[in-house]
Amino acid sequence: MTSHAHSAPAANAAARRQNLSKLLGDALLKGVCALIFLFLLLPTLVVIPTSFSDTQYLAFPPAHWSLRWYVAYFQDPEWIGATLFSLKVAGLTTVAAMTFGTLGALALVRGRVPLKGAVRAVVLAPMIVPHIVIAVAMYMVYMKWNLLGSLTGFVLAHTVVCLPFVVITVSAGLQKMDPSLEMAAASLGANRLRAFRHVTLPLLGPSFATAAAFAFITSLDEAVISYFLSSSTEKTLTRKMFEDIDFDLSPTIAVVSTLIIVMSVLLMGTIEGLRARAARRAKA
Amino acid sequence: MTASLKRFAATLWQADGRRFPAPLSLLLVGPLVIGLCVAFILPVGRLLAVSVWNPDFTLAEFVHITESPLYLRILGRTFLLGGVVTVLTLVLAYPVAFLMARLSGWRLAVATACVLVPLWTSVLVRSYAWIIILQRNGLLNSILTGLGLTDAPLPLLYNELSVTIAMTHVLLPYMILPIWAALRTIPRDLPLAAQSLGANAVRVFFLVVLPLSLPGVASGVLMVFILSLGFYVTPALVGGPETLMVATLIGQQTTELLNWPFAGALAALLLGITLLLVTVFNRFLGLDKKAAS
Repeated sequence: MTSHAHSAPAANAAARRQNLSKLLGDALLKGVCALIFLFLLLPTLVVIPTSFSDTQYLAFPPAHWSLRWYVAYFQDPEWIGATLFSLKVAGLTTVAAMTFGTLGALALVRGRVPLKGAVRAVVLAPMIVPHIVIAVAMYMVYMKWNLLGSLTGFVLAHTVVCLPFVVITVSAGLQKMDPSLEMAAASLGANRLRAFRHVTLPLLGPSFATAAAFAFITSLDEAVISYFLSSSTEKTLTRKMFEDIDFDLSPTIAVVSTLIIVMSVLLMGTIEGLRARAARRAKA
Repeated sequence: MTASLKRFAATLWQADGRRFPAPLSLLLVGPLVIGLCVAFILPVGRLLAVSVWNPDFTLAEFVHITESPLYLRILGRTFLLGGVVTVLTLVLAYPVAFLMARLSGWRLAVATACVLVPLWTSVLVRSYAWIIILQRNGLLNSILTGLGLTDAPLPLLYNELSVTIAMTHVLLPYMILPIWAALRTIPRDLPLAAQSLGANAVRVFFLVVLPLSLPGVASGVLMVFILSLGFYVTPALVGGPETLMVATLIGQQTTELLNWPFAGALAALLLGITLLLVTVFNRFLGLDKKAAS
């Protein structure tokens, strides 16, 4: 009895101590993470205000605000030319990577592919080989094939880099899909082609959207291979940015950066939102 | 005409079971494989081949690398910087992943956005941003002098410090995401069970949570280290002459000197190390098995 009365306050104190240290630990964890999140977001938070600066040189925060660098960007034929060229490359790359990647994923997941391991290795290899190696190798071969600075050359190179993402994403979508849905369609009288068109393809929609957005952004963002394959007349936006960051650092780069950030975040955010909604629906 | 086409399609589709027959599978996967062989395997293979066939078989280029103190120093620096960046990202990523594994709802959405927005932002944009922050009269220096911590602006840019900071920033999401994925799959009852058996928070973490998160840590470490070895853009833009790394060296050898055999040898070295790391990692963690299941 006495021992019980004695131990209860001690246990209470221990529990309180534990609670306190847990609270402190929690606060510390959150504080540290807040700093790391700030580190992650800092570049974005710095670039966007810089694009609205009024000065010739780089200063942060800008002393006066203006849209002059936006005007400068839209009036510069070299910037606009590189932008349009990159958008064209990204669009064609997306179409090519989606077409070949989806067909390949279908065969790999649903078909009988001889030497499947080797085929998969070839498809995934561009993800593992360092981009500098791919860039230099293509530079060497493209020089012989006369493809440097050509639309074909860029689309070919970017498609290679985007294919692993497309094949992985579409394969995952195919694997996750419930095969009984197709069987149900078949049992209701649809032939395989009809079942594929009306059941499989619509169910793959989210995977297609994710893969396409990924391919588009990857192509638009690709800096190393594009740097080597560009010529002095035909260059991608990333090559033009690289040159300008390396040589003159004008705030026009901040404008281009802001536009790219806004576009990437909108596109990927939409995809991420769609995916989260699909996941929630699958759970419900 | 359409009827016969339909019949042809039907024969292609009709397989025993639910799989496509081999001819259709080959038809589907063929363009992909042929395209990759022409546009990817062939160029990379040719680059590797010129490093040893010049015109006869020779290992001179590789000997050239190992005998030159300059090239060995560049290789060493690449590995050292890769190691430092890997450790830094791990230290920064773990707490974030740990916190994210416990969040839900809008808090998780905000945290995820903080990780993904930089990942979706071009490496060029981020290098540019670090120049704004780290340059002589940049953001960080004006804060430091404003607080009276230094009298003159510190040299923060175009050196190893700026390359380390910028590379850590670029690679941090690649470390956070796999660790978070591993931590997320730990059942909540497990730490609770350890706690009810008398383990305090520290012991629960080191005996239960940390070991279960190690596969995520391993994939993060592998990915970050491999990516860091091949970095080109960041060191080129925010680095200086004394931060020359392997990727930049390969670039110089081709665009400026057109020394293909030597560039090929360096590329072979970089590729060989990368493949070795991936293979070792697969052997120990059975990535293939996991991917197959």
